[in-house]
Amino acid sequence: MKVLVPVKRVIDYNVKVRVKADQTGVDLANVKMSMNPFDEISVEEAVRLKEKGKATEVIAVSVGPQQASETIRTALAMGADRGILVKTDAEVEPLAVAKILKAIVDEEKPSLVITGKQAIDDDSNQTGQMLAALLGWPQGTFAHKLELGDADAKIEREIDGGLQTVDVKLPAVMTVDLRLNEPRYASLPNIMKAKKKPIAEKAPADYGVDVAPKLKTLKVTEPEKRKAGVKVKTVAELLDKLKNEAGVI
Amino acid sequence: MASLVIAEHDNKVLKEATAKVVTAASQLGGPVHVLVAGQGAQGVAEAAAKLQGVEKVLLADDALYAKMVAETMETLILSLAGKYDAILAPATTNGKNYMPRVAAKLDVAQISEIIKVVSADTFERPIYAGNAIATVQAGAGKKVITVRTTTFKTAGEGGSAGVEKIGAASDPGLSKFVGEELSKSERPELTSAKIVISGGRGMQSGENFHMLDKIADKLHAAVGASRAAVDAGFVPNDYQVGQTGKVVAPELYIAVGISGAIQHLAGMKDSKVIAAINKDEEAPIFQVADYGLVADLFKAVPEMEEELTKLGY
Ligand SMILES: Cc1cc2nc3c(=O)[nH]c(=O)nc-3n(C[C@H](O)[C@H](O)[C@H](O)COP(=O)(O)OP(=O)(O)OC[C@H]3O[C@@H](n4cnc5c(N)ncnc54)[C@H](O)[C@@H]3O)c2cc1C
Ligand SMILES: Nc1ncnc2c1ncn2[C@@H]1O[C@H](COP(=O)(O)O)[C@@H](O)[C@H]1O
Repeated sequence: MKVLVPVKRVIDYNVKVRVKADQTGVDLANVKMSMNPFDEISVEEAVRLKEKGKATEVIAVSVGPQQASETIRTALAMGADRGILVKTDAEVEPLAVAKILKAIVDEEKPSLVITGKQAIDDDSNQTGQMLAALLGWPQGTFAHKLELGDADAKIEREIDGGLQTVDVKLPAVMTVDLRLNEPRYASLPNIMKAKKKPIAEKAPADYGVDVAPKLKTLKVTEPEKRKAGVKVKTVAELLDKLKNEAGVI
Repeated sequence: MASLVIAEHDNKVLKEATAKVVTAASQLGGPVHVLVAGQGAQGVAEAAAKLQGVEKVLLADDALYAKMVAETMETLILSLAGKYDAILAPATTNGKNYMPRVAAKLDVAQISEIIKVVSADTFERPIYAGNAIATVQAGAGKKVITVRTTTFKTAGEGGSAGVEKIGAASDPGLSKFVGEELSKSERPELTSAKIVISGGRGMQSGENFHMLDKIADKLHAAVGASRAAVDAGFVPNDYQVGQTGKVVAPELYIAVGISGAIQHLAGMKDSKVIAAINKDEEAPIFQVADYGLVADLFKAVPEMEEELTKLGY
């Protein structure tokens, strides 16, 4: 079975984000960009399925600018077989990404699509679920553990109260949470090998998808900053402040 | 401009998150209806009917909705969507699971985790782990919104809406609930507790979290954790506070052995008062803490328990 893994190029999670003075967005000039951390977990899971002989081919897809091909290369170096770059310089909303992915699924016919649960830039947590709905497929979101059968998948999910297991019919979409696995680092030989793996270049129009945003961003501002308070010397002083100054205990 | 709020509940208790979403929905201006989808959830519907600002409660009581499985929630909500301009749910793992399916089918963008209603079509939502706030305006079509409940007030009681029973929608038959392992606790829920005490990697083991449990019992607090503590297996996943875990905003947040990474701060920096105990005086958590104690937690936490006992807690 084929597995499709969408990977997004985002600002690296270690970078301190700065809002632009003109309030049009955040400053992405000269900042380090990386694969969305959740997507590393998706790629890892897909590659493990291939290593276990369950998946026959792993295809990494990214929707984004030319540089998103580097993100795809990272996936290829981790063990994905080939890539598809859907090139656009526009900011693409989750719904449009889901529509593009649907068109790719219609062509490639994977049995499983594995997405991250959330992109750490827009914090939307939507794309995988939207894709599942557009395809009329079931979903297993926030996956903690996957047991893949031939016709179904048992997915253990991280939920507010603990863990929940659902059984979904294949084909399905799974979105991954942090504890599903620990992604590998690509080895140097694999990075070299990845350079020879093919990446097809497409445009949203090739899939007939209009990526014009449905939401208008009026402005992007800095959140209210918290000020550092005081240092206390002892536990007794801390409790005294909490009780008598802040009145919270 | 009618709104439909999807209730969060466990078939027995209506979760406070629902009352917060009702407040957000009321701010859109039109009548607010609440959908309770569950099994044996009559009591939940009655509780929702008492919320101030709710005009009508729809109760879909059927085995299909026992666990709010996303695929069945999608068809149910879509079957009702025609009558509403806005559909809102709390940004819980349930809301995050089914709402994007609804949005996709309605061909609209979902507006995730709003923290403020600016006007009937304009909202504020945090992006980049709360390091930026985007003000977004919805385009044509229905508004599908998840609500970060920490910033909205709880709608009061005293309402007396009618409860209307509705039938189940079609079953797509795509997935089924197999089972769940819920954390059992006598303590308040993390997202609604007035006091939260969280431990990080500095706690070193799950055993050591019992020190925090003892403080929590005295203060009627909930216990949370950083991702590092969850990843290390000290505590279950549902303890995680942060950008990709739970967002909390209690009266008091006590961070113990937590460095204060942006992903953690994203989940707790709207707390009213923050106290931090960390042995490293340079730890970034002190940049947001109202009260910082530079100390070894293995000394400070037992001492805190003793002092609280002395104070009569
Ligand atoms: C995609 C992604 C999502 C993430 N989501 C989240 C999230 O939702 N929530 C979250 O919390 N993190 C999240 N993280 C992880 C985050 O970046 C940090 O790694 C994590 O918060 C660190 O946890 P910590 O503070 O417990 O550990 P550390 O950073 O290791 O800090 C431990 C602290 O304990 C102190 N300490 C040690 N021993 C003692 C002692 N005896 N007494 C007192 N102090 C002591 C140390 O001085 C140190 O400051 C995410 C990361 C990624 C990449
Ligand atoms: N532009 C994109 N290209 C490829 N995958 C994407 C893109 N945007 C979102 N995704 C996938 O959808 C997941 C959730 O993103 P989001 O819904 O934006 O939070 C990500 O972890 C990716 O797996």
